[in-house]
Amino acid sequence: MPLLDETNKKILNTIQLDFPIDPRPFKKIAKKLDLSEDELLDRIKTMKDEMLIRRIGGNFVPDRLGYHSTLCAAMVEQEKIDLFTQTVNSYSGVTHNYRRDHNFNIWFTFIAPSMEIIQKSLKEISVKTGVKTILNLPATRVFKISANFKV
Amino acid sequence: MLTDLEKKIIALLQTDIPVVKRPFLEMAEKIGISEERFLKVLNDLNDQGMIRRFGATIKHQKSGFKANAMVAWKVDEDRVEKTGNIMATFREISHCYRRNPAPGWEYNVYTMVHAPDEKQCHAIIEKISQAVGEKKYTLLFSRQELKKTSMKYFEN
Repeated sequence: MPLLDETNKKILNTIQLDFPIDPRPFKKIAKKLDLSEDELLDRIKTMKDEMLIRRIGGNFVPDRLGYHSTLCAAMVEQEKIDLFTQTVNSYSGVTHNYRRDHNFNIWFTFIAPSMEIIQKSLKEISVKTGVKTILNLPATRVFKISANFKV
Repeated sequence: MLTDLEKKIIALLQTDIPVVKRPFLEMAEKIGISEERFLKVLNDLNDQGMIRRFGATIKHQKSGFKANAMVAWKVDEDRVEKTGNIMATFREISHCYRRNPAPGWEYNVYTMVHAPDEKQCHAIIEKISQAVGEKKYTLLFSRQELKKTSMKYFEN
């Protein structure tokens, strides 16, 4: 059976958005998709084992929890990329980090209880790695956040 | 202000919900409260708009969206509001923000575009560029995922 068959596609499209807050959430989803609860649980477990599903849980709004978030961009020389990545990734507030095709080649997000902590951490990273140019680009306006993918 | 119980529940919800018949019962037991209480707090957090999204996070590279590009746009400030709102209507755009420009970096609007391949990313961006009438932008394709995790609020 291919992993991404029609049933699994339906499951993914449903559980990305409408995970029920209910004592038997999987039973509710199963009913909606005309599956048995056991079959649904099996299919979800398989998709997690195969890493198609990263996790099931809550994604919170940082500022509503009293946190600050930003996007950072760094210009890192080729031979420093490993050191820089290791250093940046060691901060638990760094949740996403990508190497991109540009002069500003490393882009990461940083969440912390205050912007001062973020600024201090960026200075620390600069000192530890010798990378001088790190931009701190907090959002001033959010037009859209929607990280669900119709499969 | 969040209560200690709310913080404990938020910390648990950021991990991974167990794939069992009564996942909330299992999580409630971990912190010594009833399933009913757990669900009530979770519902309240949701009603207060603390939860952006509750559900599964999928690995989109594995689900057919193999290319993702960040596009940084330079938009005149007096057009940012209108432009951002139009960009947000495109299904292919998952994120759209305004950020302040910085020295050596003149861009102020950011969009994340996902598509099955880079060619289609380019086509989508061209379509959006025409729709909003903005020509000044730069594309940053992701070449390597160096870290992707979810934030652990109120750990310990």
